[in-house]
Amino acid sequence: MNTLAMSLVIARKELQSLFLSPLAWIVLAVVQFIMAWIFLLQLDAFPEAQSQYAALQRTPPGVGDLIVAPLFSTASIIMLMVVPLLTMRLIAEEKRSGTMALLRAAPVSTAAIVMGKFFAVAVFLLLLCALLVVMPLSLATGTDLDLGRLLASVIGLFLMMMAFASAGLFMSTLTKHAGVAAVATFGLLLLLWLANAAGGADGVMNWLSLLGHYQAMLRGMFATGDVIYYLVLTTAFLAFSVRRLDAERLQR
Amino acid sequence: MSGDVVVSVENLWRQYGELVAVHGLNFELRRGEVLGFLGPNGAGKSSSMQMLAGSLAPSAGRIRIGGVDLLDEPDRAKASMGYLPEQPPVYPELSVREYLRFCARLNAVPRSAVAAAIDRALQRCGLDDVADRLIGNLSKGYQQRVGIAQAIIHEPAVVILDEPTVGLDPIQIREIRNLIRELGRDHSVILSTHILPEVQMLCSRVLIIHQGRMVFSDSMLSLNAGMTADRLVVGAERLPDETRLARLDGVKRIEMLGDGRARLRHDGATDFASRIAKTAVEEDWALFELTPERKTLEQVFVELTSGESAPREDAA
Repeated sequence: MNTLAMSLVIARKELQSLFLSPLAWIVLAVVQFIMAWIFLLQLDAFPEAQSQYAALQRTPPGVGDLIVAPLFSTASIIMLMVVPLLTMRLIAEEKRSGTMALLRAAPVSTAAIVMGKFFAVAVFLLLLCALLVVMPLSLATGTDLDLGRLLASVIGLFLMMMAFASAGLFMSTLTKHAGVAAVATFGLLLLLWLANAAGGADGVMNWLSLLGHYQAMLRGMFATGDVIYYLVLTTAFLAFSVRRLDAERLQR
Repeated sequence: MSGDVVVSVENLWRQYGELVAVHGLNFELRRGEVLGFLGPNGAGKSSSMQMLAGSLAPSAGRIRIGGVDLLDEPDRAKASMGYLPEQPPVYPELSVREYLRFCARLNAVPRSAVAAAIDRALQRCGLDDVADRLIGNLSKGYQQRVGIAQAIIHEPAVVILDEPTVGLDPIQIREIRNLIRELGRDHSVILSTHILPEVQMLCSRVLIIHQGRMVFSDSMLSLNAGMTADRLVVGAERLPDETRLARLDGVKRIEMLGDGRARLRHDGATDFASRIAKTAVEEDWALFELTPERKTLEQVFVELTSGESAPREDAA
């Protein structure tokens, strides 16, 4: 069977395992609770904030600026902490419990294993995104919502989470201990997140920063460069994971 | 015992840096054979098993499974192999049926044939009663069976079992052994173990490796024949003394055991025992014991592996 079909077999099992563990449900519940809390706070503060802006500007900022953008901005930080928890066990757990031998002895390529694991997390994160987007979408019943901007924010968030997940997957190939993988992923992501703090307004460090590319999307600016940045990051870490697992067979 | 070659291993090498763990291993496994793979700890046994199972790349050499090269076409070769590692590779959160479904799909069993394959594996491994229980809640013995079910789910030509009876209670060990014996009818089996009686019970061929080299490879039948004794224990109420025994035809060495017993090392002539009996009657020794001592597999093993150099302790 080809790589794609096999990776779907693995992804299906991975999702099955994920939803059989309490972790997935807790993550969904806690993230939803926190996001709902923040959403309601923003909504509550909205009339007052807008009237203050109205005194200063002829066109005061709308729900897009005062509710949607801050909501997704917070979401990205929460994901920074949540995604490492979802990816930490992907490979580390298989190594620890000896089930890696099952995958290696099966007629499955390393690429299929890595892709399968990644697809599973991607599906879960898509669900998380969908639950998130329902909240700002509900505003469309009462006001004019800039749907394009909302879409850009959601796609941006999802692309960023893919990059997080792929980095987490790679960290999980490096160790047998899920906790180590989680902390290492968190450290790496935070480093990438804050990369622009070191380098000033422009330059390589600024371009490397996870945050900078996302902020443009929150403003509704969907640039090819930003999309490519996340795709390159995701692909690179997936490739590293494949290389890393292949190298284990060649250990010296 | 003849038939097509299912596994052929040619000049297999594995190095870890300076250390050579496997030193030019050669063997063939034919259809329906059960091969016992023996060696002291650190002999290169698990390295060899891992290379056969595809989780470790050899430094040099070829492995062919069902005629397909494991290195050139890993997917095709692995499809005709089932592997049970030392620790059963199970997911505790899945039920037995769910787990076997995953394994079947992983081993490219067509979707339409999966249900039948699961039922057959469940039935063969005696798992029917626990099919819908979580693997995490099963005993070690049942988990081991689930591991074996996983290895045979896609009807592979060869099944590789790495120490399948370690950590089980005596009854579970018997059950697993019966299961392995049954597997030997339809599949070729490679069985790695420390337990020598297990090999004697189950295997049709034995391979002993020591310090990464193959030091013994023979069929169980000829091993049994070769083990026939060049030793005989004689017990008699009026056993003659050592000098008289030494004059018996064919005796090479004598070891007096006391209480009228002596161990005679002889030239291996097949009629040696009957000649002793005849002499004993003629000279009225009042014979009460005449036991040919067989060289056990254990003796062969110890002789081969504890030779001049002590086993290394490094190599995994």
